[in-house]
Amino acid sequence: MSDATTRYLAAWKEKGITTLFPNTIKIMVGTASCGLASGAASIAQAFKANIAQNNFDAMVTTTGCAGMCFQEPLVDITIPRKGRFVYGRVTPEVVPQMIAALQHGNVPDGALLRYTRHECLINGFVKRYLTIGATKKERDVPIAHAFPFYRRQLRIVTRNCGFIDPENIAEYIAQGGYSALATVLDKKSPQQIIRMVEQSGLRGRGGAGFPTGLKWRLCRERTSKHKYIVCNADEGDPGAYMDRTILESDPHAVIEGMLIAAYAIGATEGYIYIRDEYPRAIACVEKALQQAREAHLLGKHILGSSFSCTLTIVRGAGAFVCGEETALLKSIEGDCGEPNQRPPYPIEVGLWGNPTVINNVETLATIPIIISKGPRWFSSIGTKTNTGTKVFSLVGKVQNIGLVEVPMGTPLRDIVYAIGGGTSNGRSCKAVQTGGPSGGCIPERLFNLPVEYDALAHCGSIMGSGGLIVMDDKTCMVDVACYFMSFLEHESCGKCVPCRIGIRRMREVLESICAGTATVEDLEKLETLAHLVAQASLCGLGRTAPNSVLSGLRYFRDEYMAHVHDKTCPAGVCKNLITYRIAESACTGCGVCKKICPSGAITGPRKKPPQIDIATCIKCGACLDVCPAGAIITI
Amino acid sequence: MADTEPSGTGGENIRYSSSSIIALLQEIQNIYGYLPRDIIKKTAIEHSIPLSRLFAIATFYNAFSLEEQGRHIISVCHGTACHVKKAKNLSEAIARHLNLSGSEGTTPDRLFSLKKVRCLGCCSMAPVIKIDDTIHGTMTQTTVIQVLRKLQKGMLHE
Repeated sequence: MSDATTRYLAAWKEKGITTLFPNTIKIMVGTASCGLASGAASIAQAFKANIAQNNFDAMVTTTGCAGMCFQEPLVDITIPRKGRFVYGRVTPEVVPQMIAALQHGNVPDGALLRYTRHECLINGFVKRYLTIGATKKERDVPIAHAFPFYRRQLRIVTRNCGFIDPENIAEYIAQGGYSALATVLDKKSPQQIIRMVEQSGLRGRGGAGFPTGLKWRLCRERTSKHKYIVCNADEGDPGAYMDRTILESDPHAVIEGMLIAAYAIGATEGYIYIRDEYPRAIACVEKALQQAREAHLLGKHILGSSFSCTLTIVRGAGAFVCGEETALLKSIEGDCGEPNQRPPYPIEVGLWGNPTVINNVETLATIPIIISKGPRWFSSIGTKTNTGTKVFSLVGKVQNIGLVEVPMGTPLRDIVYAIGGGTSNGRSCKAVQTGGPSGGCIPERLFNLPVEYDALAHCGSIMGSGGLIVMDDKTCMVDVACYFMSFLEHESCGKCVPCRIGIRRMREVLESICAGTATVEDLEKLETLAHLVAQASLCGLGRTAPNSVLSGLRYFRDEYMAHVHDKTCPAGVCKNLITYRIAESACTGCGVCKKICPSGAITGPRKKPPQIDIATCIKCGACLDVCPAGAIITI
Repeated sequence: MADTEPSGTGGENIRYSSSSIIALLQEIQNIYGYLPRDIIKKTAIEHSIPLSRLFAIATFYNAFSLEEQGRHIISVCHGTACHVKKAKNLSEAIARHLNLSGSEGTTPDRLFSLKKVRCLGCCSMAPVIKIDDTIHGTMTQTTVIQVLRKLQKGMLHE
């Protein structure tokens, strides 16, 4: 890049370094949506108030999500010459003690893990956290890269998440941010960029896995005056929040990726379509855009070059189908988000009839690092046809719930057990659901499967955007399939018949299975219908909708048969097929269940095992939740 | 048709172009909490947008409501992670507490609206509910009622 640009970015970098690595104590509170939901705002407030009260020299700042959602709210404290420590499940009550310890020059007790160094992936800057005269207690705190949750992870896309302040562009630049854009604008032709992305082997992280470089090339080749770059941040899959986290923790990475993409395809205008349910992400991106504009990294003549580009946020209005690219474009145009038949693809006829590239948040956030580190470096990670890393939201009945980033091809077993720590309640793990409502359930016996586009498709699921929902033996697979059908029935735009009516009929059959009124013929009907909907629907929503039913019938047929034949729900979920009982041998007679029962169905003498009156029991499960002895059982 | 006179419908801050109809309706919903039919009709005339188009968009997107909402909106997340952690039971427990017949609806005194939403993206704290703008995580049937009781008690003192 030119000398002037180098000097300009170096000045920003210097500014960023002063807040990233200050000479005083630095307290970072994770304030992404999940942190805020667990009270991070009041913790940041408590730290600030306590510091002011004690006239103490320390810096309090906010950061995004470090991925350890199961330990939220997280606080990260760097103490000069003592090290950098991370604390989980912090409450406002412990803040005064922590401040008191810091004031005495001690490391507050209860640290979850510590960092010994920080290395910037892009510019190679290394910061060592000195630990002078560390006590045994401090030395015993596990080091981050040996910590089970992080050990198997490779954090490339999420490298800045939970480390930089997303509202401070200087910190992003200090981490090597916008240097890829500067290099691109100064030295590379659009064709070179496209070739780099092609060589990297990057495939779209939105779920379908289309080669990103090829998409860009096809759009580049169109000779249209107007072209658009669109970021798909309509992360509608229930159980997936990778995109939200990236937008809230490192918004500039997405902006930089979009600008590089715009330059490569020849666009000067772009839109970021963010779903309505993510107010925090919208606010973070808005602020980031503003800062980028002020720093001449967005708008006219970016970094003094001839390249200009504007980016605008479009707020969704709550429609799952708008994650489908043609529906998303219609929504930006101000219409109902009903998908169109493809071809023509958006790269030919997109926004307002012009060629448009639509990329997912994670795809775009990966671009700067591919440019900085080179395509060969990127393609050396992962497998041959699935390069790089993938971010997953590991949720459901798993112990370490959170956001994980692993190289493509990592076995599912490693993600669920080594990183996730197995099921949350020690029960046996039954399946993992991938790909949201369009995906399928993968049974435990197939957990050696490498997580990559092709392997997942081969076993009847899809990669999808990256939600991994862990299910234990108390999750009913028929009920889950029924849940997805009712979700998709609600979210189907209604344009094509197979999807609009087919999904509704599937949901009805599944409901009858759950209610115990279905017959074996119904199962056959369900299967036929599933294939029909998959083949005849217009867009991806309908075509992938039957995956959860088909994978269920393929891997968990026994469970379906138990509902149909024996009229039982082995997982104890389907209300019509279960009754609640009290196991007298386990009951301690504490009487909590009697108190909680909303229908007064539990009666009996004090300090003796009570009885459940089956006729009045509404099967709400409140007793099951509160019983300290686990004496409530379903049969 | 770009610049229109201030209309008093709440959407005057947004200059109408076909692509901003959604933003226009969002603005109206922000002001009233729902989309009152007479305001939609007025908007259609003022901005020369076919009424059918406004209704099509208002009924297509989940964020819009044509019915008046309660003072407090309780949204129970029914994302996958919440579903496997029995969000359905939470909805039913809240409905019982508020004497609502279904698992969605507004109380006759218009103090509470109960809704199901599809994933708030806070799956790590499943099951979650959102009361107005505050998210409450790892709820059980017992704690959710405690949260509601606290809110109701606070309202009594207002």
